[in-house]
Amino acid sequence: MTDVPHLGRPRRVPAFLETFWASIVVFSRHRVSFTALIFLILVALVSILAPVIAPHDPYVDVGWRNSPPGEDGLILGADGDGRDVLSRLIWGGRISLLMGVVPTLAAMLASLLIGVVAAYSGRWADQVIMRVLDMFFAFPIVLMATVVAGILKPGLATVCIAIFIALIPYISRLVRTTTLTVKNEPYVEAARSAGGRGWEILSRYIVPNVIAPVIVYTTTLMGFMIVLGSALGFLGFGVQPPAADWGTMVEEGRVVLRKAPHVSMFPGIAIVSVALAFGFIGDGLRDALDPRMRGR
Amino acid sequence: MTPAIEPILRVEDLRTYFNLRTGVLKAVDGVSFTVEPGKVLCIVGESGSGKSVTALSILRLVDAPGSIEGGRILYRDTDLLDLSEAQMTDRIRGDRIAMIFQDPMTSLNPSFTIGEQIAEGIIAHQRVGGDEARIKTVELLRLVGIPHAEERYHDYPHHFSGGMRQRVLIAAAIATEPDVLIADEPTTALDVTIQAQILRLLADLQRGLNSAMILITHDLGVVAAMADKVMVMYAGRVVEYADVETLFSNPQHPYTKGLLDSVLGLDAPADVELHSIPGLPPVPVNMPAGCSFRPRCSLALDVCAQSFPELREAEPGHEAACHAVDAGLARS
Amino acid sequence: MSEPLLQVRGLAKHFRLKPRKLFEKPPVLKAVNGIDFDVEKGQTLGLVGESGCGKSTTARLVLRLIEPTSGEVTLDGVDILRSSRTALRALRREMQLVFQDPMSSLNPRMPVGVSIAESLRFHRVGTRAERHDEARRYLEVVGLSRDYFDRLPHQFSGGQAQRIGIARALVLHPKLLILDEPVSALDVSIRAQILNLLIELQAEFGLTYVFISHDLSVVKRVCSVTAVLYLGKIVEIAESAHLYREPLHPYTQALIQAIPVAQPGAKSVSEMGALQGDVPSPIKPPKGCAFHTRCPHAMERCRQEQPPLLGVGSRRKVACFLHEGA
Repeated sequence: MTDVPHLGRPRRVPAFLETFWASIVVFSRHRVSFTALIFLILVALVSILAPVIAPHDPYVDVGWRNSPPGEDGLILGADGDGRDVLSRLIWGGRISLLMGVVPTLAAMLASLLIGVVAAYSGRWADQVIMRVLDMFFAFPIVLMATVVAGILKPGLATVCIAIFIALIPYISRLVRTTTLTVKNEPYVEAARSAGGRGWEILSRYIVPNVIAPVIVYTTTLMGFMIVLGSALGFLGFGVQPPAADWGTMVEEGRVVLRKAPHVSMFPGIAIVSVALAFGFIGDGLRDALDPRMRGR
Repeated sequence: MTPAIEPILRVEDLRTYFNLRTGVLKAVDGVSFTVEPGKVLCIVGESGSGKSVTALSILRLVDAPGSIEGGRILYRDTDLLDLSEAQMTDRIRGDRIAMIFQDPMTSLNPSFTIGEQIAEGIIAHQRVGGDEARIKTVELLRLVGIPHAEERYHDYPHHFSGGMRQRVLIAAAIATEPDVLIADEPTTALDVTIQAQILRLLADLQRGLNSAMILITHDLGVVAAMADKVMVMYAGRVVEYADVETLFSNPQHPYTKGLLDSVLGLDAPADVELHSIPGLPPVPVNMPAGCSFRPRCSLALDVCAQSFPELREAEPGHEAACHAVDAGLARS
Repeated sequence: MSEPLLQVRGLAKHFRLKPRKLFEKPPVLKAVNGIDFDVEKGQTLGLVGESGCGKSTTARLVLRLIEPTSGEVTLDGVDILRSSRTALRALRREMQLVFQDPMSSLNPRMPVGVSIAESLRFHRVGTRAERHDEARRYLEVVGLSRDYFDRLPHQFSGGQAQRIGIARALVLHPKLLILDEPVSALDVSIRAQILNLLIELQAEFGLTYVFISHDLSVVKRVCSVTAVLYLGKIVEIAESAHLYREPLHPYTQALIQAIPVAQPGAKSVSEMGALQGDVPSPIKPPKGCAFHTRCPHAMERCRQEQPPLLGVGSRRKVACFLHEGA
């Protein structure tokens, strides 16, 4: 039969690499998502290389206070303390990206465990786990940060832990409902009737099919968490002066918003564009992780 | 057949294409047919043959990436392709031409009672008040054989069985006494005893209203019981078009013959191997020149690889699109 | 006569549903309500009925994919329902299931060859390379190319996916294959291909089939014995040829009458639609004979008593008072 177009070439590379490559091919078809990914990689590189790239020390005044962009040789101008906005933006990116990505990823891993366990254990354990999560659901995230900051000190760790805890109920719920759906798919029943053991079915049939939508959701959350982390920074829970994430920078510029709008504007633009980029990447991932999109 | 009846709907050279990344999928590629009041046209074909897209095209319900690329759909001398979207909604869809879908659950809104859903259509198309619409709805529910119609008016779709839901959809479809009823696999999702009830209901109503009906199905048994005329589709094209007796007694196209042979009759002897058509139906994307049935055809000639056979009259009122038939090879 | 390969006795499954009101006693859905049948080695038993008659539940009970409420299932002398978990897992090699929707029965992220080899992996058969070779071989057994090994399910048509589903079931060399509506989702021209394949494979591997379908014309073709189910009970069981020639139970008669015939003028729609009404809800089955609400011959007695499944002549059983003591 010659009805299905032949994919050709016998396999020389491991299966997971082939899958990975196929996903990238699908992803690159989404121009917007692909551009967003390149943009994020650039932002990340610049942040990582901050010590090399930043033209000035972010904590020392190098120009006139609030001097506008382009003056004193400062491309984005200086802030209220005469510090270089560009250099602070580059250093701040480290903190903001970290806040967006690390606690969200950690929350995803924890939620995978919680959600799958809840969906897989009996009615009682499921009820207990979900009701406890509901309690956390009801907790406003700012209050959570206040509590964490009360135990620890304000700082990067506080914001990260607050975000981590706050996200678990959201992602766990998605994991649980997805697991419940996948659990009832005929291919799971097929594996069971062929004699598959519980953990074999979990690791080879359930988790691979649950994880894709969770990754997509988590990616879109990362952008939102940068905004949230910035908000917590803005409220003073985050890193302490003179260090600053983008949210703190917006806050610092707030008092001089009328006479020197650039101090708030540039970190604001950074927050919005990075958050949007994560959202676009999520869209692309949705297709890239769908096996039906491959090989077409 | 009595040719004296003027067709109510005339489809000419309809082309509906889907622009996919991999190429153009010619779901419907030059399909022409007519339906007359009081007559039933059955469109037969397998999945992917374009039979459902043909139906959706008539009501201009084809969604992107699909679009109607050419042809004419003449309803009483009006080309439906010339009408505005608003005119289609107000005057044609669910009014003069009504559709019944395969899945009676997803075609009903789960948040409204079935009475409300039917009455809404009556109010929209017949410009009557709420009370009048309600009375009419109960009458319709009774007409389609729903017991305790007054009480069931207030029930939600999930309270109904599959067969009852299909009756509700039929009631909604005939509320405006449409000139054309399109039924897309209306009984495929139903059990066989319920299928028999629904087919009987459809046949009675269609005759009573003197509407034209386009019935889409893959079941040749249903065709034999319901059709006046039959159109067989394969890979987006019409391969055979004839009245029902002719098609079953004297099929011309090798695909039609294959389909008829693979029917599992209850009377057929059990020990004979089942006839099957080898191979698989093609996906009509980037189709090469020539006949799309050629890879599965036992009669394939050289010419079949070069050009697609035109639909030609094999005998009066009986058309087939096959080079072998044209060459006189298919006489059996 | 030799011992039947599969023996089912008094099999029942009552699902307890969630109460709809506070303090209400949870309603019980009697999906399968005490059925008995035997399947001889190398034979095919057809289970026929409309939706809600319990045929798919029966399949899953026999395989013990769901736990029955009561009853006995014996495969080749081994009691399936009293086996331990480990013993049951080993028993799964002996009996396999083929699904109605071939596409969704395959893991969308797993190459189809791996899906076939998985069955062997579960039972620790051979090395990875051997298992993959075996999977390739079985792709050929079901009429596909061994080069399809690395492809994902979505790259196949429904008929091909069903061939893969059959290969996955066969690779373990089972004795019993339960086919749950294996051709219902397929196109007419493909349906015959798959049925022919199943008939060939049965002869080649000496398989025993339980063939579940709502389509009598399909069942008649492949089954030596047919059982007709209505609301979780067998109403008639007989040799297929016999059953179709002369159906005794009014429900069997109506079922056969309702099948359209592919011959214009042979059967009008009014002849087909003799049976009135819907199948009653299995939560509140009618008292007495479950079919009496739709039966054209219903008598007073049918509303009170349940007719037992009794032998009529040789090798035929009917549950209907019309044929009592015949």
